[in-house]
Amino acid sequence: MKKEPMPFISVNHLKVGQRGVVTDLEGDDHIVQRLLEMGVTPGCPVQVVRFAPMGDPIDIKIRGYHLSIRKREAAAIQIRLDS
Amino acid sequence: MSFQHTNLLEQEERFMTVALVGNPNSGKSTVFNALTRLRQKVGNYPGVTVEKKLGRAILPDGKAVNILDLPGTYSLAVRSPDEQVVRDVLLGTMNDTSRPDVVVCIVDASNIERNLYLVSQIQDLGVPLVIALNMMDEVGKQGRKIDPEKMQEALGIPVVPMVASKERGIDALKRVLAGGVHFAPERTWRMPDIMEEEVAVLVKWLVHTQGMDKSVAFSEAVIYLTNPHIDQGDLKSLKDDWLNLVSAARERIARKGVRWRSAAIEARYDWIHRSLLEVIEEFPAPKMRKSDRFDAVLTHKVWGWVVFVSVMVLMFYTIFTIASYPMEWISQGFDWLSGGLKSVLPAGDFRDLLTDGIIAGVGGIVVFLPQILTLFFFISLMQDTGYMARAAFIMDRLMSQVGLHGKSFIPLLCSFACAIPGIMASRSIENPKDRLVTILVSPLMVCSARLPVFTLMIAVLIPNTSPLQKAGIMLLLYFMGIMGAILMAWVLKKTIIKGPTPPFIMELPPYRYPSFKATMLHMWERSRLFLKKAGTVILVFSVVLWALMTYPKMPGASADEALRHSFAGRAGILLEPVIEPLGYDWRIGIGLIGSIAAREIFVSTMSIVFNINESEDGASLQKAFTGARWADGRVLFTPLTCMSLLVFYVFAMQCFSTLVVTRRETNSWRWPIFQCAYMTFIAYVVALAVYQGGRLMGFQ
Repeated sequence: MKKEPMPFISVNHLKVGQRGVVTDLEGDDHIVQRLLEMGVTPGCPVQVVRFAPMGDPIDIKIRGYHLSIRKREAAAIQIRLDS
Repeated sequence: MSFQHTNLLEQEERFMTVALVGNPNSGKSTVFNALTRLRQKVGNYPGVTVEKKLGRAILPDGKAVNILDLPGTYSLAVRSPDEQVVRDVLLGTMNDTSRPDVVVCIVDASNIERNLYLVSQIQDLGVPLVIALNMMDEVGKQGRKIDPEKMQEALGIPVVPMVASKERGIDALKRVLAGGVHFAPERTWRMPDIMEEEVAVLVKWLVHTQGMDKSVAFSEAVIYLTNPHIDQGDLKSLKDDWLNLVSAARERIARKGVRWRSAAIEARYDWIHRSLLEVIEEFPAPKMRKSDRFDAVLTHKVWGWVVFVSVMVLMFYTIFTIASYPMEWISQGFDWLSGGLKSVLPAGDFRDLLTDGIIAGVGGIVVFLPQILTLFFFISLMQDTGYMARAAFIMDRLMSQVGLHGKSFIPLLCSFACAIPGIMASRSIENPKDRLVTILVSPLMVCSARLPVFTLMIAVLIPNTSPLQKAGIMLLLYFMGIMGAILMAWVLKKTIIKGPTPPFIMELPPYRYPSFKATMLHMWERSRLFLKKAGTVILVFSVVLWALMTYPKMPGASADEALRHSFAGRAGILLEPVIEPLGYDWRIGIGLIGSIAAREIFVSTMSIVFNINESEDGASLQKAFTGARWADGRVLFTPLTCMSLLVFYVFAMQCFSTLVVTRRETNSWRWPIFQCAYMTFIAYVVALAVYQGGRLMGFQ
């Protein structure tokens, strides 16, 4: 992987429309397991589609479908931003 | 084919059983309805509040098969009662349900990768397996093309393409079932070597010490190894040995630098990805889906609220206007029936039991049916179109403040009309604790059965109330109910139903057209369930309550004297010392006892207490209230007493039907008893605070 060394960023810090590739999941076991099973696995592209009207939760697109997660859960998803 | 609807569950054993499994929103129920054509029966699995839907389909060769519609699930790792049922049934460890002969996994073709994850888990179990590839018509809109034949080849599992909503592919599925289904082939995916080795050790242990089937042992081993906090139930008894083995295996895997949490899941998704490479054809640059454009408006910062509030207003408008006509008819119908019986039957206890006990009691519940049906209509519509998930998406921020889930919002909102559909709608909340809290606080929302009491008491409180004053007081009462529910939810989450805030990981399914037939079916099922469950209990309690208010008899006495003489009347008098601090005398006590079954009965009971002819209008009761005095000549219905009564009815349980539904949805009498106790307690304390506090401040 020859990329600019870029700090890992978690999905909760993304802006609407930004996309990246999942590198790792870290955090509460329940959350990580559920996210993995829903298809949020390392190597998978992910995009932030929108925020709920009150700012939380987030609507992300993964494997062609929309998944709604709170920022707390989004913090568990580490990604590498698409350049 | 002669078909006996009633003994469907009894005949279950004689036919082959086909289980339908699939992700939520994969159209599983549509497939079920298309296969069984309303030859279905809804019940409950023993010991849990998970719905058991069983139907019958006739195959092309004339043979009948049982179709079992299992709850929708994303995974076989058990996290909720629903998932436990799916797993237990598939393993054949469910008490009243034999292991299915064939499993049909419904796969949403427009969300194929994630849907196939469950398929891969079911494949582990070594059961005969068919894939029903549903919603094929949506694939093209995504700019994709799926070749079912290539998919069948790649997976080694029969694939039946279908559009269940248009009944396309249903016959093909029946033909496949009639032709006999082979056992699913062994998995072709592989985890990292160290994982494979460790899983093999665990499988060997399970097979040797537990006598477990090899494929089931594999499924169990993988799920346990990868889920740190799992409780699969079937392995509970051997906790220590097994858990030690598993954690030792995890350590060895971690030492090799392999992530034991995700390795198996990644391997499955990798297999899915590879298998689909040749199957899916992508067209360049698919344009934005219609569903996404809907979402841009429906979850928009401004428009999202506009639509959301409009939908809610429309729902309540329908309930309070359109539904009020059939309610009026039903109530007139019961009056007519009771009047008819009164003129036909000779006067006596039997006639009174029929008219005042049974007809009045049951009629008091049935009259709410139009409202309940309307609510179920909207709930079903919101669920089928996908709007329900958006409502949860919009409201989650607010609900999470008190530790609840966005999905708790709609059930609570429905409870403004009637807590019964609200409590029944709480089934969509997966987390059992969130669901329980939602059920317990739902009846605090001000329902429409409280309105007659409120109207009466406001009229007594402020004679000649202007509509604006009335609306203001009503609003205040609604607000108190909402605050009560919010505070109570918060308290419950902090105390007896403690638990970590569960993750909010919810699919936002694409918007879909609702099916009229499915909506009607849903309304019918729910209402029938309610009438059946509540009806019998209401009947019994109505009779008991009638007897309490009738016996012992006092020959020749007027109605109010007879009531005073009855058990209920005596209880009201006995109750006086307890309720006097709230500003109530024994007559109000009788009203409280009379309305234990349903709040609105307060009005009719008070009419009897004050000896007012039923045919007279509400104004005469209001006049009687205004003239009522304590024994020492003080005015009974002072402003403080009226307010105390108003807040009492905001918080008090006073509804048998709700308790029965809570009993059904929580599967024990413990929670409805708790619900009734805490609500009555709050009602008492708040009414006491209002009355005594008001007096301390110098009010009357």
